[in-house]
Amino acid sequence: MKQSLLITALLGILGTLPMTAQATPAEDVQTYRDFFMKRFPGVPLEEFANGVYSIDQVSRDSWEAIEEFPPYEPSIEDGEAMWNKAFANGKSYSSCFPDGPAIMGKYPHWDDGKGMVMTLPLAVNNCRTANGEKPLKYAKGSINKLLSYIGYESRGQVTNVGIPNAAALAAYEDGKQFYFARRGQLNMSCSHCHMQQSGRHLRTDVLSPALGHTTGFPVYRSKWGGQGTLHRRYKGCNKQVRAKPFKPQGEEYRNLEYFMTHMNNGIAINSPSARK
Amino acid sequence: MGRMPIYKLKFVSHKEEIMRKAASNTILKSSLAIIIAGMALVSASAIASSVEEGKKLAFDRKQGNCLACHMIEGGISPGDIGPPLIAMKARFPDRAKLRAQIYDATAANPESIMIPFGRHKALSDAQIDSIIDYMYTL
Ligand code: HEC
Ligand code: HEC
Repeated sequence: MKQSLLITALLGILGTLPMTAQATPAEDVQTYRDFFMKRFPGVPLEEFANGVYSIDQVSRDSWEAIEEFPPYEPSIEDGEAMWNKAFANGKSYSSCFPDGPAIMGKYPHWDDGKGMVMTLPLAVNNCRTANGEKPLKYAKGSINKLLSYIGYESRGQVTNVGIPNAAALAAYEDGKQFYFARRGQLNMSCSHCHMQQSGRHLRTDVLSPALGHTTGFPVYRSKWGGQGTLHRRYKGCNKQVRAKPFKPQGEEYRNLEYFMTHMNNGIAINSPSARK
Repeated sequence: MGRMPIYKLKFVSHKEEIMRKAASNTILKSSLAIIIAGMALVSASAIASSVEEGKKLAFDRKQGNCLACHMIEGGISPGDIGPPLIAMKARFPDRAKLRAQIYDATAANPESIMIPFGRHKALSDAQIDSIIDYMYTL
């Protein structure tokens, strides 16, 4: 069977990106970005922050109507109240985050002391438990409110994830491998749907480009009837291919987030957001 | 009368097929002829029901879900990830080739997104056979 030119071109990209362990993370960003800019000519880099709406006019129209009265708005207000409410010990989030709520752009980052990728939801719960409060659940629920407030306050900050040393690089490489690994009974990788087939229809869903995927979380999704974190989305996409999902905020998803967010360096945060 | 080629059953449902055969049987005088016709009836209706089953599997989101990626005649809101599944008899005269594509698409194209239905046991051998019978009506 003859392969289309597109698939041949893709094979090149998909062949080099995961394989060349020698490529630096900065080179990866370039390859990744070039791939999507070529695949969706005329879409400005910033636009990719809007997921599928950056490339599909039909769904964009209804999305723009939804954004007139954003379904995530009440969450921002509730999140602000959470941020300002004192813990039982009298302290509050600002005791852990002295720079205030506009901090989403600093996450995820490599935490050298802990030897792990530190994400914002994990830092939030570390703050809570250090102050004698129960941790929040990581996928659904009120953590999304707090993250919505922090995200809203951080809007416009530009993603700029660094890979400072060899240990950080190992976590990055781990996340990259996860992204390109086939999984589940259906045998698909993230890159199959969000790179190789991005822009095409899976039944009625247009597959969104991977570029920009991290900037808008938490998202309000009509299908969920509520908000969810990035790791909630990871679970959903793992289950879709009949793979066992990993634990939100476990090492696998944190490293995946580290890789994916690094790929979005240069794109502004637009959290929280709405999706169908 | 031999085994009926499946592509001739295209627009004939399982039930219609049985009725048509039953009607023609009444004018047959020789008992031998009735026995032979009876045998043809069994095999033709077995294939017709396999075609029905194959179609169900191909459309069902929890089973083959071929429609998620392929345009198939009569299927609602198909995907456009794989090529349209049309003129299968002409394009896949070799049943084994068609079977291989469904059993494990990655054998021919290591980068294929198509699910290796047989190799990963997402569909049984019998289910794949039904889907192939259905494919040959397209
Ligand atoms: C079988 C196809 C498929 C696979 C494999 C898949 N996804 Fe998805 N993904 C979807 C669909 C469909 C959606 C919803 C429509 C959209 O935004 O693309 C989605 C949405 C997403 C979103 C939300 C985008 C947004 O703007 O809201 C993220 C993030 C995501 N996927 C990440 C992943 C990751 C990470 C993996 C691998 C662990 C993965 N996906 C694997 C099909 C897939
Ligand atoms: C997740 C996507 C996906 C699903 C689901 C899928 N296919 Fe495919 N199919 C493809 C792609 C992509 C190709 C192109 C060749 C390749 O990559 O293997 C293809 C190619 C084919 C071909 C060869 C077509 C040609 O013109 O050369 C046949 C036949 C086929 N698929 C049948 C099926 C059947 C039957 C099912 C369901 C049981 C199915 N496919 C499910 C993606 C899919």
